[in-house]
Amino acid sequence: MDLHFGDSKPTDEERAAVDTLLGPPESSWEGADRSDADLRWARGGRAARDRRDLLLPGLHAVNDRIGWISEGALDYLCRRLTVPPAEAYGVATFYAMFSVKPRPATVLHVCTDLACAAAGASELCAGVEARLGLGSGVSVERSPCLGLCERAPAALAITAGDPVRTAVSAPATVERAVLAASAPDSAPEEPSAALAVPQAGDPSLMLLGRVGVVDPASLDDYRAHGGYTALRQAFAIGPAGVIREVTDAGLVGRGGAAFPTGRKWQATAAAPDHPHYLVCNADESEPGTFKDRVVMEGDPYSLVEAMTIAAYAVGAHQGYLYLRGEYPRALHRMEHAIGQARARGLLGDDILGQGYAFDIEIRRGAGAYICGEETALFNSIEGYRGEPRSKPPFPVEKGLFGKPTAENNVETLVNVLPILTIGAPAYAAIGTAKSTGPKLFCVSGSVDRPGIYELPFGATLGELLDLAGVRDRLRAVLLGGAAGGFVRPDELDIPLTFEGTREAGTTLGSGVVLAFDDTVPLPRLLLRIAEFFRDESCGQCVPCRVGTVRQEEALHRIVERTGADAAADITLLREVGRAMKDASICGLGQTAWNAVESAIDRLGAYE
Amino acid sequence: MTKRDRTPKTYTRLQYPLVRDSRDEPFRRATWDEALDRAARGLGAARGAFGLFSCARATNEMNYVAQKFARVVMGTNNVDSCNRTCHAPSVAGLSAAFGSGGGTSSYAEVEHTDLVVMWGSNARFAHPIFFQHVLKGIRNGARMYAVDPRRTSTAEWAEGWLGLNVGTDIPMAHAIGREIIRAGLANDAFIERATTNFEEYRQLVEPWTLSLAEKVTGVPAAAIRELAHAYARAERAQLCWTLGITEHHNGTDNVRALINLSLLTGHVGRFGSGLQPLRGQNNVQGGGDMGAIPNRLPGFQDILDPDTRLKFESAWDTVIEPHYGLNLTEMFEAMEEGSLKAVYCIGENPAQSEADSEQAVRRMRALDFLVVQDIFLTKTAELADVVLPATAGWAETEGTTTNSERRVQRVRAAVTPPGEAREDIDILCDLASRLGHQWKYADSEAVWNELRSVSPDHYGMTYERLEEHQGIQWPCPETDRIEPTYLHGRLWDADPASRGRLAPFGLVQHDPPVDLTDERFPIRLTTGRRLDSYNTGVQSGSFASPLRRGEFVELCPEDAERYGVVVGEKVQVSSRRGAVVAPVWVDPALRPGLAFMTMHFPDEVDTNQLTIEANCPIAGTAEFKASAIRIEKLPVAIQVR
Amino acid sequence: MTVTSLGIPRRLLEFTIDGEPVRAPEGATILDACRSAGKDVPTLCQGDTLTPKNACRVCVVEVEGARTLVPACSRKAEAGMEVRTDTERARHSRKIVLELLASSVDLSTTPEVAGWLKEYEAKPDRFGPDAARVDEEPRVDNDLYVRDYDKCILCYKCVDACGDQWQNTFAISVVGRGFDARIAVEHDGPLTDSACVYCGNCIEVCPTGALSFKSEFDMRAAGTWNEPAQTETTTVCAYCGVGCNLTLHVQDNEIVKVTSPHDNPVTHGNLCIKGRFGYQHVQNRD
Repeated sequence: MDLHFGDSKPTDEERAAVDTLLGPPESSWEGADRSDADLRWARGGRAARDRRDLLLPGLHAVNDRIGWISEGALDYLCRRLTVPPAEAYGVATFYAMFSVKPRPATVLHVCTDLACAAAGASELCAGVEARLGLGSGVSVERSPCLGLCERAPAALAITAGDPVRTAVSAPATVERAVLAASAPDSAPEEPSAALAVPQAGDPSLMLLGRVGVVDPASLDDYRAHGGYTALRQAFAIGPAGVIREVTDAGLVGRGGAAFPTGRKWQATAAAPDHPHYLVCNADESEPGTFKDRVVMEGDPYSLVEAMTIAAYAVGAHQGYLYLRGEYPRALHRMEHAIGQARARGLLGDDILGQGYAFDIEIRRGAGAYICGEETALFNSIEGYRGEPRSKPPFPVEKGLFGKPTAENNVETLVNVLPILTIGAPAYAAIGTAKSTGPKLFCVSGSVDRPGIYELPFGATLGELLDLAGVRDRLRAVLLGGAAGGFVRPDELDIPLTFEGTREAGTTLGSGVVLAFDDTVPLPRLLLRIAEFFRDESCGQCVPCRVGTVRQEEALHRIVERTGADAAADITLLREVGRAMKDASICGLGQTAWNAVESAIDRLGAYE
Repeated sequence: MTKRDRTPKTYTRLQYPLVRDSRDEPFRRATWDEALDRAARGLGAARGAFGLFSCARATNEMNYVAQKFARVVMGTNNVDSCNRTCHAPSVAGLSAAFGSGGGTSSYAEVEHTDLVVMWGSNARFAHPIFFQHVLKGIRNGARMYAVDPRRTSTAEWAEGWLGLNVGTDIPMAHAIGREIIRAGLANDAFIERATTNFEEYRQLVEPWTLSLAEKVTGVPAAAIRELAHAYARAERAQLCWTLGITEHHNGTDNVRALINLSLLTGHVGRFGSGLQPLRGQNNVQGGGDMGAIPNRLPGFQDILDPDTRLKFESAWDTVIEPHYGLNLTEMFEAMEEGSLKAVYCIGENPAQSEADSEQAVRRMRALDFLVVQDIFLTKTAELADVVLPATAGWAETEGTTTNSERRVQRVRAAVTPPGEAREDIDILCDLASRLGHQWKYADSEAVWNELRSVSPDHYGMTYERLEEHQGIQWPCPETDRIEPTYLHGRLWDADPASRGRLAPFGLVQHDPPVDLTDERFPIRLTTGRRLDSYNTGVQSGSFASPLRRGEFVELCPEDAERYGVVVGEKVQVSSRRGAVVAPVWVDPALRPGLAFMTMHFPDEVDTNQLTIEANCPIAGTAEFKASAIRIEKLPVAIQVR
Repeated sequence: MTVTSLGIPRRLLEFTIDGEPVRAPEGATILDACRSAGKDVPTLCQGDTLTPKNACRVCVVEVEGARTLVPACSRKAEAGMEVRTDTERARHSRKIVLELLASSVDLSTTPEVAGWLKEYEAKPDRFGPDAARVDEEPRVDNDLYVRDYDKCILCYKCVDACGDQWQNTFAISVVGRGFDARIAVEHDGPLTDSACVYCGNCIEVCPTGALSFKSEFDMRAAGTWNEPAQTETTTVCAYCGVGCNLTLHVQDNEIVKVTSPHDNPVTHGNLCIKGRFGYQHVQNRD
C-alpha cells in the first residue's frame, strides 16, 4: 500500500517497544536500515496487509512502555504493519486506555461507577486528585467500572515502562491509592481471588469449586482437582457428541443474551467456509460485573480447557481470548496458564495425542465497553475501531476475519466442563426447565458479603441477597448492570431465571445484583448510568451517538426536580429512549434507556 | 532560504488570431480572414514539403478532418501526433503481433483477473482511475507485481516489486520467458494453435538464464523466477505497461518482448487475460484510429493495401499516396534536411515536449512557414507565423474521444469559447476551402457518420448508441450488437479459418540505453509524471494543487549524502546535451545512481534539455526514460523550499 | 476459451412491502425493493456507489418478527418477509433520528432534509437551547476543498470512498468515540500534512455539504452560488488516456465544479485531482 508518513520519527524506546512485539523489521521499507537488496526487490501485497490484527497489540506495546502513543511511534507501527496512519489514529483514539497526547507515565484509574460511587468514590477521587496534582507524575483518570465491585471503592494504577507495572488498590483509601500510583511495586499484594467468593470451599460448587482450592498457577494442581477430564471426555465422544451434550444440557449464553450455546456451536461447526474460529469474550465491562475476572484469576486452566473443548466442537484451530484491558491479574494468570498448557501439549499441534491442533492467543482490550459486543470485539481483534457490525450476517456465518466464529462468554464456556463430566441429563436437572445449570451472580453494593455467588437457576432474588447479607433500608436493586433494570425491595421473590425475570418485566443480564440503600440519591445514580452510556457509545449510529447525549442532558435537567417539573423531560426521555431501543445498531444503544426507564416506571423516580 | 513560488506559469487563452510578417517581429492581432488567407498562402506554397501535427487531445472528428486535410488538401501522408512521443511503440508492437493497435482488454476485466503485472507504469499517479480498477481486482483477490526502476506508489501495492536497471526490460522479459519454458509452464496448446516463431523465440531467450538476467537487470534471480511462475500459473493475467516500456530507443522491441510473454502463456484473447498499454492522452488511441498517423487510414486501415486506398480514394474523390508518410520524428529530421518546409501544428507543444527540446526549437525556427492552432500561446506557438485560436476539445466542442480500453465516448461542449476562438474542424474546413476543397459538415456528428461509413470497426457506433451505452468499445461493426470486451478471441478458435493471422513471437534483442553512464555522467536519469500535473503543465498549471512542489531533481538519500546536498538545495544537472539548475529532493524510492525528474515545469526547469533524442527506429519514440547525467553542487548554495 | 462471465442468474424472492406482494432478485436490499415498488424511504448515509454502512438509521422499517427496526438500506430481502415502511413505530424512530441530527449539526445544505423534518413533524428545538452541538468551524487549509464538520452527520461515506471501497488512500478515518467522534486525518492535522491526494471522491459522496469544493464554499459565502442557474454537461477528461467522464457544472459560462456519473463504467463516480480540479486553464480568459 502506498502509505503516507509524516516527518515524525520514533524514539529508540518506542522502536524497541514495537520491535519487541513484532521482531526487527525485515527491510528498509518496514523501517530497517537501507540495504542494496531492498532497493531491488520488495515484498508486500497480501502478506503485508494481512498483519492488521497486530495493530491493537502494537498500540498496547507502545502505550505500556511509554505511557502514550506519539506520532512517531504510531507512524513506525503503521510502517511495520502496512496500516494507514489515519486508520491507526482512528483506532488509537477509540480506546480510553490509550492517549495520543503526552501524559505522565503513571495513570491512576479511579472507579466512579455504581458500586464504587455508592462506596464513596467521589470523596476518594477528590482526595486523590488533591494529592496527585500537576507535577506528581501521575495522571488521575475517572474510570468506568473496574470490575472490583466486591472491594469498592477501587483504583488501578498503571505505570508505563519495561515491563509495565500495575497495582490495584481496593478497597481504596486516598493513602493506599496514592501509594499504588507512586510506588506500584511496593503496593500490597492483591487479596486472593477466593476472597471474592464467599462460598469458597463449598464442595457443591460446580463452577467456582476450584477457586481458592487450587493453586491458580499450577497445571498439576488443576489436574489433581479434576482438570482435563472433560477434554478427555470430549475427545471420546467427538465434536458432534460435544455439541449434542451441550444442546441437551440446555446451556444458554451467560453474557446476557441467553442464546442457546448448542445451536451456536452447531451452526458454526456446520458452516462450509473455513477456517473456523473460537473467540472467548472476557471483555467483562458491564458495570457491576466481575465474575469472569474471578474465574480467570482463581481457576484459569478451567477456561483453557473449556476453550479447547469448544474449539474442538466447532472445528476451530485458533482461539482468541479477548481479555479486558483493566484486568492485569487475570491477564497474568491466563498468560501463565496458556503457556503451561502449551508446554505440556494441552495446547498446540497434537493435544492429548489426539491429532487435534488448537492454540489460544490473548488479545487485550483497551478500555471500550462496546467491545463486549461480539462483532465490535471482532473488529477490535482485527485491528479496526471497535464498532459493531450490522447483523445479519451473524458471527456463526461471518465472524472474526469474516469466517465462521463461535463467540462465548467466559462463564458460558466453563459450564461446558461440568456438562461433560456429569452428563447433559444431570446438568439439565439443575435449575429450572428453561434455565438449566448453575449461575454466577455478582453481588455488590449495600450487602455485608459482596462477591460472586453460584446458585442454581431458580433461586429468588431474596435468597441471594440474604446469602450476601443485604443491609437495611434497601431502596432498589439493579439487575443486569447498567444495561439492566431496577426492581423494588418488595420484589425480592423474583426467581433468578431468564424466564422469571422476563415475566417480572426485568432482566437477568450478566448476573449483576447491585443493592442500593436509601442513602444513594436515585437521580444521581441514573445520571451516572447515562454518563456511562454517553462515554461508551461508539458513535457509529445516530440514535445512540446523539440519543445518549440527549438522555444525559435531560437527566441533568431533572436531577433536582420531580412531578410536573420533570414531566416534559420524562416525555422526551421516553421518546428518545424508544428510538434508541428500536433503531440503534447494537445492544448498547438498544439498552441504554432500560435502567432509566425502569427507575421511572418501577421505582417512581422523579415522582 | 528563499520562499519558492509554487505557482507555475499560467497560460491565458488565445482570443483572436495572431500574425506577423517576420519572425523577428512581435505578433499582431489579425482578423480571421487575414489569418486564414496567410495560412492558406503559406501552406499552399509548401505542397510536397508539408507536415501536419495533429492533436492527441482533440476529438476523433477533428483528427479525422485533420488527416483528411493532409491527405486530400495537401496530398501527403505526413501526419502524426504526439502519440509518437509516448505510445507509438505500443501501437506498432501490438499491430505487428495481432494486426490491431489497441489494448486487448477492458478495465472491468482487471477487476476479475487473478494477476496483474504493472510494467514500467506508475498508474497510481499517471492513470489513477485505471488504478482504481486494479485496486478492485486486488480487493477481489488478484495479486499484483510491479516492474519499475523506482519503487513507486504503484509498486507499493505489489506482492513483489522488481527494481530493474533502466533499459533492461528485454533481458527481464526474456528471462521470464525462458523460465516459463524451462519450468514447463508454457501454454503449449495456445502456442501451437495461435502463434508462430515459437522455436526461434525459444532459442532467442535460451541464453537469458536467471543469473544472467540478475547481472544485467540488477534484480535477484529469485524475484524474476517468482514473477515468471506467478504470471504463467495464473488462470487469468493482465499485463499493463506505460511509458517506462515505450519511451526508449527500442520501445517497440520492448513492447514485443512483453507481448511474447502473453503468447507464451495464452494470456490474451480471453476475458480477464490480456495486454493493456495505458495511454497518456485522452485521445491518443483515437488519433491513431482516425488515421492521424502516417501509415494508417481511418479505422486503422493500412495505406499500403490497394483495396483500402481505393475505398478512400472514391469516398474522398482524391488520390492517396501509396506509401507511408513521415512520422513526427522523421518530420523533425526532414526539417533539419530542409525537405520539410511548412508545418501546421494543431494543439501540440513539441518545443517543450520533444526530447532534446533545444534541437526541436532550432529545427522549427528553420521552417519557412509554421501555423500553430492552439488554445494558448505555447512555446511552440511563439515560433509561429500564424497563430489560430482554437477551442478546448474536451469542454468546448462536440465530438468523441477513444480511451485506452478502445471505448469511444461522447465529448460535449459545456462552456462557450473565449473571444474569437473557433472549433478546429471549422478552421480546417475554412483553410481547405481556401485551398480549393469545399467541405461542409453540419456538425461533429456529420463528420462521425462519414468516418463510420469508411471504418468498419466504428460502423456500429451511432451517436445515439454512444449515449445509450456510455461509450462503446471498438470493434463495433454492427448497429445492433456489442462485441466482447476483449480483442483477439479469434486466436482461441478451434477452426483455423476463423483464427485468422497467427500471432508471431517478436524476435527482439536487448540493446542498452544509448546514453551510457560513465565517469563523467555517472547517474541514470529517468523521467515520469506526478499525480497532480500533466505533461508540460500548460493545462495542469492553472489550478492550485496542494500537492505541487515544482520541479526537483530527485535523488536517493545515499547520493544526496555523497554529493553533500540537501533537500531544496539547487544543483547543476548536466547531460551530454545540456544543463539545467534544479533543486534537490530526496526520495527513498530511488537507489544510488538513479535520479528522477518530470517534464511538468519546463518554464522552471526544462528537463527535456537533458533527455536524448535517440529514437525507436520503428515507432520514432525518443528515449525519455534513460539519460546519463551528473550532479554538481553550485559554488554558492542556494536553497529553496 | 473463456467467455464473459455474467455470473449465476439470480433467483427472485417473493415477499411483501406494506401488504403488497413484491419480487426482488436475491441479494437485493429492502431499500432496492422499496424503490422499485415506488415506495419512498428516506436515506442519508446510503450511497449508490458504496456498501451500505447503515449508520444514520433514518431508513429504518419494520419487519415482522424482528425485535428491533431494521435498516432498509442494508438488510437483504428474504423470501416471505413482511416489511412495513410506514408504521407509527418506524416513523417515530425516523422522526427522532432527524431531531437528533438537526439538533446537533447544521443540515442547511443537506438536500431533502427540510422536507422530511416537516413530513415527520420533527422539532429539533425541543432539546433546549443548551443541547450539545458538534460545533466545529469550517477547516479551510487548502485551495481545493473545505471540511465543515459542523455539517457532518458521521455517515462514514467519505471514509469508505477514501478507503478500501474506492480510492484506497486512507487519508481520513473516524477518530475518537461517541458524540466526540469526528472525521480526521492522521494526528488530526491539516489536510495538507496528510495522505490526501485531493481526488475529491469524498466530496462526491458527502450527503450534507460538510465536504465541499472551495469554489462552491466561496460562492455560497458570497451569495453567488445559484444551482438552478447551473448547467450540467457530461464530457470526457483530457488529462490521460483512461477516459473518465466528467460532468461539468457551469454557471455564467464558468465551470464551478466537476463530478462524474456514478453509473459510468470507467469512473463509477470517481475522479483524480486533475479531472476534478484541473479545469481552470480553460477559463483563463484574460
